[in-house]
Amino acid sequence: MNIGVFVCHCGSNIAGTVDTEAVAKAALNFREVVFATDTMYACSEPGQAGIVDAIKTYDLDGVVVASCTPRMHEATFRRTLERAGLNKYMFEMANIREHVSWVGKDKEANTRKAEELVHMAVEKLRRNDYLEAGEFDINKRVMVIGGGVAGIQAALDCADGGLEVVLVEREPSIGGKMSKLDKTFPTVDCSSCILGPKMVDVAQHPNITLYTLSEVDSVKGFVGNFDVTVRRKAAYVDWDACTGCGECATKCPSKKTPDRFNEFIGTTTAINIPFPQAIPKKASINPEACIMLTKGKCGACAKACPTEAIRFDQQDELVTEQVGAIIAATGYDLFDFTKYGEYGGGRYPDVITSMQYERLLSASGPTEGHIKRPSDGTEPKDIVFIQCVGSRDKSIGRPYCSGFCCMYTAKQTILTKDHMPDSQSYVFYMDIRSPGKNYDEFTRRAMEEYGARYIRGRVSAIQPKNGRYLVKGADTLLGQQVEIEADLIVLAVGAEAAKGAGELAEKLRISYDPYGFFLEGHPKLKPVETNTAGIYLAGSCQGPKDIPSSVAQGDAAAAKVLALFSKDKLASDPQVSGVKLVRCIGCGKCESVCPFGAIEMIDFRGMPKASVVETVCQGCGVCTAACPQGAIQLRHFTDNQILAEVNTLCL
Amino acid sequence: MSVNEGKELRIIGFLCNWCSYAGADTAGVGRFAQPTDLRIVRLPCTGRINPLFIVRAFMNGADGVLVSGCHPRDCHYSEGNFYARRRLEVLKALLPVIGVDPGRFEYTWVSASEGQRWRSVVTSFTEQVHALGPMPGFKSGTSLDMCLCHMDQTQAL
Repeated sequence: MNIGVFVCHCGSNIAGTVDTEAVAKAALNFREVVFATDTMYACSEPGQAGIVDAIKTYDLDGVVVASCTPRMHEATFRRTLERAGLNKYMFEMANIREHVSWVGKDKEANTRKAEELVHMAVEKLRRNDYLEAGEFDINKRVMVIGGGVAGIQAALDCADGGLEVVLVEREPSIGGKMSKLDKTFPTVDCSSCILGPKMVDVAQHPNITLYTLSEVDSVKGFVGNFDVTVRRKAAYVDWDACTGCGECATKCPSKKTPDRFNEFIGTTTAINIPFPQAIPKKASINPEACIMLTKGKCGACAKACPTEAIRFDQQDELVTEQVGAIIAATGYDLFDFTKYGEYGGGRYPDVITSMQYERLLSASGPTEGHIKRPSDGTEPKDIVFIQCVGSRDKSIGRPYCSGFCCMYTAKQTILTKDHMPDSQSYVFYMDIRSPGKNYDEFTRRAMEEYGARYIRGRVSAIQPKNGRYLVKGADTLLGQQVEIEADLIVLAVGAEAAKGAGELAEKLRISYDPYGFFLEGHPKLKPVETNTAGIYLAGSCQGPKDIPSSVAQGDAAAAKVLALFSKDKLASDPQVSGVKLVRCIGCGKCESVCPFGAIEMIDFRGMPKASVVETVCQGCGVCTAACPQGAIQLRHFTDNQILAEVNTLCL
Repeated sequence: MSVNEGKELRIIGFLCNWCSYAGADTAGVGRFAQPTDLRIVRLPCTGRINPLFIVRAFMNGADGVLVSGCHPRDCHYSEGNFYARRRLEVLKALLPVIGVDPGRFEYTWVSASEGQRWRSVVTSFTEQVHALGPMPGFKSGTSLDMCLCHMDQTQAL
């Protein structure tokens, strides 16, 4: 075998702390290496051309590139090999950037380490086989999990592109956080006026199947062929019969039910339609509040319903959907504002969250758009907004900036002035972060045109005083303490990962960061992909996002799905397990450990043998480690190859 | 790094491609300086690890072996790291029997986003191995020959 080794400088990224020339020289001493060189940028056009030339000139059968992580450029260099007419699996990469030059300062030690990593790669490559990809059919349906603005956008784009879409939403209606907003920044246009029509489009689109009040139960399969089981929770109402007339809610005697949609400001009935623009516009019963379901008597709604749609005995239902791709758009939750004891959230009725304030501002909210203090229903005059509640604070495990709080606070001060011209808003802030298009202009308008008083500093305490509240804080620009008497305090709460995000990530087999936000494939180059093929991300499930960014990411995820489905067949990864029949004793251990059911027992001349279903095998190698005979081997990661690497390092 | 002032020791890391290898990349991108003793073998999943790879590494003179994969329940292949955990736990109990100080072996979970954690895992494990010093040589003719025998059979494939 003729092996060529290319050691990349990556500018000064590698060459700065690794003697690349010495590494290339050392590589010439490794077995079967016939050519070795160092190159400025192996991934650049001239770099790749150099590899192609060397393959032809030196009649190379395999190539080792020592550069960055294979997670970055393995695919790039495999394509280079293909262009030169080589099998693309005759390639190995030594990671001498992320694992060597960027983490070690000692040039001599780094150079030695780089040489050894190249040596390992050469020894592994010597045992590589020519692999050929197969192909398999794809199911051109897509599931979108989460019906907020990002999920809605992604679902509509896919559906308009001709795909069948299944949209799964946990709440009784789609719309997400945006449907709760009164107005949106920086244009101050009505939130439900721009979202409402899109929600209606979802309901009426022939390609979209909508499951609300539903959650993903389990996910099986792989790109192109996922089986997703969805739990459709009991609404206790037959939605085929329900017309959304709302007669049931007017008769329901349980009128003190906490109102989730209105952020628990105000109350609703046990049976309700969450808000006027709800999609689907169907009633559902809150089983914790319903007198019939908790105590076994009542049934007022059943008597009132003109279409006899009430079903007190309805059960959860499991539905399995076959899809080829999944878009996760599960959004975010708001920080629990009671964690800051000094603000008195939860103790003082007039300390509320920004989202609760948003509901007070909304014409469809519990006060019909009139700003009223929760404690006594009077109109507040002085309102204090406190920013960074649950953002940029290491002490509560939220070191990140939630991104949109500065903007929505500015919007709320503007709306407050519009609603109550003689009111005064005060904003305690740490920094103003408003980098979007027309965003900085907007916050300046709040200060200059609408007279919101911005005070740079944190609030240390809030105390009740004669029916009002004394807000004590610091003005760090003036370097002095400030005290403001306020009628209402609004906490600009930050975003955190949605409840259950971690569990969903585990079902989808995607990664999530320490805060529970889903991890994209690459922070810059794969912002909507995940490390699991066929699963994409949209909106705030990946990190806090405002509406424009969520919509853009919904579009991007849909574009990825449409691109994936533009082919009729996908190439399967040949790095899967294979059975050496001579050695297989038919014990069935591999079959029982396989997480994907990719191994079946066959009859071979009257003897049981294992057989791998190659399109189902995902290449994890659990079977290979379990086989007592060494009969089943994961291609490209065989025992021989791994042991060769170990031996190279130790002997 | 302080642990590096003396001689470098031979530490092998078996890392899963999806979490820990990516976590080590994240540490690199973040320029988190680490001791240079460790060399990483990339595997698709910790479930791919045959505990005998680790035994083989020690027999061939490795001073330490570190295995790292995805946090339990967060496996790219849904349950590979559960298999790994069972096998490695047994291996850890077995190491003293074959004459290897169990302090030379560690398995841990580092996710793709935990570059900082990867740095601290590498640094503390390297320090731990340095405290134990170089691996003493094996005497031939011990029960370890059994392991080697199995390995050679496999390699003969």
